[in-house]
Amino acid sequence: MSIITATPEITYKVPRRRHPAMQFVATQPLGAASLVFIVMLFLAGVFADFVVPYDPLTLDYEAMLAAPSAEHWLGTDAFGRDVFSRIIFGARTALAVGLLSSFLGSTIGAAIGVASAHFGGRVDLAIQGFMDVLLSFPIIVLALAVVAMLGKRLVGGIDVNLILAIAIPMMPRVERVVRSSALAIREMAYIDAARAAGYGNMRIIFRHMAPNVVAPYLIMFTAFMAQAILLEASLSFLGLGVTEPTAAWGLMLSGTSQEFYSQAPWMIIFPGVAISLAVFSFNLFGDSLRDYLDPRLKV
Amino acid sequence: MIKLSLSLLGTLALVLGGASTDAVAQTPKRGGILKFAVSAEPPNYDCHAATSFAFIHPVRPHYNTLLKFDEPNYPKVKGDLAQSWTMSPDGLTYTFKLKPNIKFHDGTPMTSADVKASYERIVNPTGGAVSIRKAAYSDIASIETPDAQTVVFKLKARNASMLTNFASPWDCIYSAAKIKADPKFPEKNVLGTGPFKFVEHVAGSHWVGERFADYFEKGRPYLDGFRAIFITNTAARVNALQAGEVLSEFRGHSPADRDRLKAALGDKIVVHESPWICSLVVTFNTEKKPFDDARVRRALSLAIDRWKGAEALSKIALVRNVGGVLRPGYEMAAKEAELVKYPGYGKDINKARAEAKKLLEQAGVKDLKIKFLNRNIPMPYTPVGIFLIDQWRQIGVTVEHDQPETRAYITGLRGGNYEAGLDFNCDAVDDPNLQLAKFISADKSPINYGRYTDRKLDDLYNKQKGELDNKKRYALIREFEQHALNEAYSIPIIWWHRIIINWKQIKGWYMSPSHYLNQDLQDVWLDS
Repeated sequence: MSIITATPEITYKVPRRRHPAMQFVATQPLGAASLVFIVMLFLAGVFADFVVPYDPLTLDYEAMLAAPSAEHWLGTDAFGRDVFSRIIFGARTALAVGLLSSFLGSTIGAAIGVASAHFGGRVDLAIQGFMDVLLSFPIIVLALAVVAMLGKRLVGGIDVNLILAIAIPMMPRVERVVRSSALAIREMAYIDAARAAGYGNMRIIFRHMAPNVVAPYLIMFTAFMAQAILLEASLSFLGLGVTEPTAAWGLMLSGTSQEFYSQAPWMIIFPGVAISLAVFSFNLFGDSLRDYLDPRLKV
Repeated sequence: MIKLSLSLLGTLALVLGGASTDAVAQTPKRGGILKFAVSAEPPNYDCHAATSFAFIHPVRPHYNTLLKFDEPNYPKVKGDLAQSWTMSPDGLTYTFKLKPNIKFHDGTPMTSADVKASYERIVNPTGGAVSIRKAAYSDIASIETPDAQTVVFKLKARNASMLTNFASPWDCIYSAAKIKADPKFPEKNVLGTGPFKFVEHVAGSHWVGERFADYFEKGRPYLDGFRAIFITNTAARVNALQAGEVLSEFRGHSPADRDRLKAALGDKIVVHESPWICSLVVTFNTEKKPFDDARVRRALSLAIDRWKGAEALSKIALVRNVGGVLRPGYEMAAKEAELVKYPGYGKDINKARAEAKKLLEQAGVKDLKIKFLNRNIPMPYTPVGIFLIDQWRQIGVTVEHDQPETRAYITGLRGGNYEAGLDFNCDAVDDPNLQLAKFISADKSPINYGRYTDRKLDDLYNKQKGELDNKKRYALIREFEQHALNEAYSIPIIWWHRIIINWKQIKGWYMSPSHYLNQDLQDVWLDS
């Protein structure tokens, strides 16, 4: 007698892997919306010359303090300059300064953080002591001190010292976060293996450790973009950043805007909205990126 | 000897709107502390070296001068420390009799020796002291003191502006003993004979003066004291005025602030308006290329549409009139028909800009880039700076705008660390000797920041200075102006317009065409 047993058919449902970008959109819709706004802002800044209806620097005596209209969508300022055009060109200033300073601050901070974690001991202690000094200053105070000390140095129309003034306060903050990730990575077996294989410090740091701290680096970088934009606007507002007649959001809130805000509120409302939206978008995108990349938050 | 009780300047076409005539009708009241705002801080305490309102407003109440302007009757002069004065028929000797019982705030008596020492410090500063207006006093040959109450000034040459000079608010009389011991004593100390004694200066905050009980003018001052509050931010300053935290700011407000305060405070405030003896001039550093070339400088002047600019800027800034080297409206100033003949003053801007481009081409200058030094005081420096940058862009010139704080700005101008700068020419009184001093050679004038030498200008300056016939003097000044504007070392852009807003309870203060005048607060009182 033979016993025939039917083998049950087992079916496995393999989950369909979505494209990471689509997954980001699905899991972080607000972050995705922010990203769209940021991309639009970048495009507007890059192609500002083609987007704006008026030259942002040309004075128009006939249109001084004109209210928003079909001709001037967001009105004009006290010199008859088109507010919309100046906001678009202001995006170029904000993003150029923001991007360069946060890239500089984040990258140098990350490099120091990884190196500090790798070397440990006295080197780590010395670096952390120095970072503690920098961290003891509020961001705006340190930026003000740096900008007052260095003055202004234009290279290709961009104030290099302003970028440094914004990058320096960011550096220790990125350094601290990246170092903490790098400390964990330093204990990994593959780092021991690299050491055992006789690789030099530079190779270990840049080939084996740095790629593994890209996630915190990217998150800090995007978060500091928002900070950098806000800082640039603050310094320009205080008269220490970009100077007239350059189109810059912070600058649009100072000077004659303070004299005419009650008569022409659009002079301060729209640049204020632009700053808020840009900062909000970068913060939101940074948070979403953190949630998306950090495996612990996926549990 | 001819007794002089009037200024030689004659009548000026001034509009002193809203002068406090009501004060005449009322009996002044004693007491109270006058709080007013000042939008910048004095860099030091020395009258002879200072040029800014930031200095005059807090410091002037501590000092007296030999003469001063008769407040409601500008440009008449009257005695301050001097009781009477005479001029010899040849115009070369001035004799002053001092008022009795004048004391410094430390109790020591003030005599003719103090006047002599102070003027010697102005004419010929020694020991590191700085005298910024010494060019205006270069005709003083000697100062004699026959007795404690008499001072005699002997001149090398006749000077049509000498009496006006003696009324300058900058000519504070210092203690001879103090400046003998340390010529730089006034830089860091305040010791005068003025109606108010110095109490304290807290940097970044305030300046306090209290009534000097031994003041030589009996019954004066009316106030118990004053408190100058430093508020650099324009909006904060206007808010302070609106809230009544301060009762005035004596430099000037923008048209927008005037309208806002009028709307908010109605008849609680009094608005005073007047033309202002203050002009903004662009000065080129002639030691830097290509600004050593007159064609380049003239091209930059030709590119500016002053007439249209003045009309537009007057709506948003405290500027109003187009003028040459003297204030428009002043009897010695160029009339509009004369002005339009000067380079940069024509009314056909397209023609002027075409000529400007041609001049730059002839000078071999292509894609000119200018580092433009400007002051970081928003009103009126920033609007006028923005205007100029726009004007120069229209002939293809690129401008890098640098606006450091006042000390760095002044240091940059004086030290020649700039290419082109927006400079100011503000004086206490309409006087060709004062206003023209900006344009004469650098070795003759400490306020020439263009670092050039032009003996033709020096010669014309001296000729007009000694010319007592107004018609002849007028012609000499026109010749001076024509040459100065052709060479365009320093080019006048626009003249200021002064708007002062006082709370109604301030009495005894009179509007003047200068923010340097009428600030000793001797006759000011508060009507509760």
